[in-house]
Amino acid sequence: MAEQAITGWRKWAEGIGEQCIFFSRFFRNIFTGGFEWSEFVRQCYEIGYRSMMLVGITSFIMGLVLIVQLRPSLVELGAASMLPKTLAVSLIREIGPVITAIICAGKIASSIGAELGSMKVTEQIDAMEVSGANPLQYLVVTRVFATSIMVPLLAIIGDVIGLFGGFLALNITDNISLSLYFTKCISSLDFSDLLPAVVKTVFFGFAIGFVGCYKGYHSNKGTESVGIAANSAVVTASLWIFVIDAIAVQITSLLFYH
Amino acid sequence: MKAADQHNETKKQIPAKAKKQDEVVIHAKGLKKGFVDKEVLRDITFDLKRGENMVILGKSGQGKSVTIQCIVGMLKPNAGELTVFGEKVAELNDEELKQLRIKIGFLFQSGALYDSMTVRENLEFPLTRVLKLNDQQEIDKRVEEVLDGVGLLDAIDKLPSDLSGGMRKRVGLARTMIVKPEIMLYDEPTTGLDPITSREISELILHLQEKYKTSSVIITHDMECARITADRVLVMDNGEFIAEGSFKELQKSDNKIVRSFFNQEI
Repeated sequence: MAEQAITGWRKWAEGIGEQCIFFSRFFRNIFTGGFEWSEFVRQCYEIGYRSMMLVGITSFIMGLVLIVQLRPSLVELGAASMLPKTLAVSLIREIGPVITAIICAGKIASSIGAELGSMKVTEQIDAMEVSGANPLQYLVVTRVFATSIMVPLLAIIGDVIGLFGGFLALNITDNISLSLYFTKCISSLDFSDLLPAVVKTVFFGFAIGFVGCYKGYHSNKGTESVGIAANSAVVTASLWIFVIDAIAVQITSLLFYH
Repeated sequence: MKAADQHNETKKQIPAKAKKQDEVVIHAKGLKKGFVDKEVLRDITFDLKRGENMVILGKSGQGKSVTIQCIVGMLKPNAGELTVFGEKVAELNDEELKQLRIKIGFLFQSGALYDSMTVRENLEFPLTRVLKLNDQQEIDKRVEEVLDGVGLLDAIDKLPSDLSGGMRKRVGLARTMIVKPEIMLYDEPTTGLDPITSREISELILHLQEKYKTSSVIITHDMECARITADRVLVMDNGEFIAEGSFKELQKSDNKIVRSFFNQEI
């Protein structure tokens, strides 16, 4: 029993060590050699454009549902006019970035993990390495950069669509014009709401890309490993999103709200 | 005349002094490599001379692939000496290893084609990323030339998923050859292919070796491939070489394991 526990902890520690080495290799490769622009653009398209529909629909429903859920409580308190503000603040500060990141973790981290895992199994990564090319630069740096840029963009687009969803729900019960609704939403937001939200999505994107790449790059040989890499990428990336969010909230709170 | 027969003829005609074959390109002495629970290479010693085709025969799991993975720096031996072009592989840093790898071509058992890229993109990859060529005309010329060499110019815009096993091996070979390596390492080049395609691949290996003047290590358990390509055959068993000689010499061997290989060939 104790031996099993020790083995488990040792494997965990080895995993942490491997991640640190991978992290340092990743950073070294950013600054050495040329940047793979064409692969980076392709990844931005794959990661950003192809996830837009999913993020859009989810955010729209989220905005709509939030208004439907919030309305009875706020009406009871006599604060129905606060609905656009409440939605805007909650969506922009927290729900939008986190929901977008979780969706991206499910879609992108798993896809990167499976793709790189499959490349590992079919010796494509080894082939790149032994040819003298740099697989880390081509496969990892481009994907991590693409997720770090596209996840914030997706979160911003998701926020706007979510606000539209909220407007639709509100317009069914209350007669409010689009311009008044958006004026109320925007006037309730300030710099301290927007900047931290965007900055933390950059870190969410980095975590999604990095974890996906790490899990795929280090998968074992065998078809089962591809599934394990994809699954593990989603779970680990999702966990990191919540950890980063908790840290970001603390820092934001210290910097802006105290 | 078949390429294999031509090769045998050529081998007879070339005078010893005309060959630059005495130069050793790979030198291994007392190589040992083990993993957590198994010692794979026990005591590997061999020299590969320039322009030579050396075949390593052996059953699966005897350490053949591990040997060539050590040569290319994918694995580090636990003990022993391994030099390629006089450089100790285990002591090279990343950049030195990269430079060495440019001189070594490695054909994987599966071909290891990049499946998200077309054949053309697969072949352009080492040119743009390894040799850092920018001139598109030069790139196109080299891609078409090498693809023509393996008889697959028509497949230039196809994806690997549209190719048969033999075609994949040919494209893999073309991708490796496009950077004109000085040493070629073949990991079971004919495994999974029908006898006719296997023979074609073996003859292609020979043809390319003569065209590009490479030295080759060919890992196989395909006796026909060994017969066609080998200048010298080493038989590996349980992590060490148990016999060495030309194909014809080993056919007469008394060693039980060696005989078991040759008895398959009727």
